[in-house]
Amino acid sequence: MFARGLKPLSIASVVLIVGAFALVFFYAPNDADQGFVQKIFYLHVPLAIVALFGFVAGGVYGIRYLRTDDRSHDLRSYVAIHISLILAVAALVTGSIWARAAWGQWWVWDEPTLVSFLIVFLLYACYQPLRFSIEDPERQARTAAVFAIVAGAFVPLNFMAVRLAESLVHPRVLSATGGSMPGEMRLTFLVALTGMAVLFVTLWKYELTSKEASMQLRALKRALADEDDAWVPTRRSAAPQQI
Amino acid sequence: MRRAVAAVVRKDLRVELRTGEAVPAMLLFSVSTFVLFHFALDRASVEGELAAGVLWMTLLFAAVLGMSRLFVAEREQGGFDGFLLAPVDRTSLFVAKAAVLFSFLVAVELAAVPAFSILLLGPSPWPVAPELVLVLLLADLGIAVVGTLVGALGIQTRARELIVPILALPLMIPLTIAAARATSPLFLEAGAEALAGRWLLVLGLYDLVFGLVAFAVFDFLLEE
Repeated sequence: MFARGLKPLSIASVVLIVGAFALVFFYAPNDADQGFVQKIFYLHVPLAIVALFGFVAGGVYGIRYLRTDDRSHDLRSYVAIHISLILAVAALVTGSIWARAAWGQWWVWDEPTLVSFLIVFLLYACYQPLRFSIEDPERQARTAAVFAIVAGAFVPLNFMAVRLAESLVHPRVLSATGGSMPGEMRLTFLVALTGMAVLFVTLWKYELTSKEASMQLRALKRALADEDDAWVPTRRSAAPQQI
Repeated sequence: MRRAVAAVVRKDLRVELRTGEAVPAMLLFSVSTFVLFHFALDRASVEGELAAGVLWMTLLFAAVLGMSRLFVAEREQGGFDGFLLAPVDRTSLFVAKAAVLFSFLVAVELAAVPAFSILLLGPSPWPVAPELVLVLLLADLGIAVVGTLVGALGIQTRARELIVPILALPLMIPLTIAAARATSPLFLEAGAEALAGRWLLVLGLYDLVFGLVAFAVFDFLLEE
């Protein structure tokens, strides 16, 4: 159900990620101010952008689930938010390293993008505990979908409020003027961003396929079990257990 | 819908008047927190940004107490079932509960803000009372909407008292930014400055966005 196109996607993400790193190290020029350390930008910014889109995609699948009552959308929403959380941790860590190198501090409060991102991360970090504390699978799916939609609406509002509150020192990478990147940097950045997006989709599909396979395995085990141990207790889990 | 809302609001206010479960606890919590802030900050009085921060942190945490109590009677004593059996629009429960939480917050603030001005606040709040009331009401509306939604999410879980605060606090960060920034010029020792319109705008936008979102998704939290 989810495995279609997995092979070309895997190849594409390997090629793009390797290509992006090759471009980062051998093609993109060193930044005039920050030197070599600026290259973490090609990792940090795609991670953050893809994580935010993944969160919003989780909300979109949440809407679809509530509309159609199709459990596979709940699984899609769950996996999208789960992988985005992992990317978000990586984005926060790389952002912190970059801040240390560029501004001399691990954490800078007057930097709206980093702060907003932390707030969004803190909110989505509640997603797993929320799911885990609901046992009934249908109620779990519905509550999680509502959360994903509310949090999806929260993301832009939060970015706006934090940006109004802080001064602007963070580089506006995707501003209306296209930032002030020279051509080589922009090309490298776009390749890195595409690579990260394709990697996200690939990982998402792998995780979906794996979840589906373990669901099928569980169903088969249950079907093959003797009368005596036909009842296999399901582990309490944050992840959807059936679709 | 209006009659259903009015009925639920009347029921909840009557329960609150008879049992006094939420508002007195929230008020007591607020006053204790002001005392704690006095010792934690080691100050006899606060002003400006510090005053706004102390006031808003206290009110937000008090509001979280109210949120986690909001649907307890419905869940434990079958109020949800009764409501679902009644031939009324489900969103009316959301509107009613938000109105109840809003009135709880107003009731708490009617006592907590004067207590704050006596215990901690340096400059007198009376000259800026109209502006302060405006900010408080706009923020209360946002807290009531988000709180009702979070309370309804939390009541679905078996760890309500854990889930409600961890969900509510990040969701209320934009509101806190706007409310605290709007209030801090009112509490300046050197004399209050004018209210910044953009923070009121952010508060209004927050209320509107979450009001619409909650209105759209609340139905799904009630299905059984």
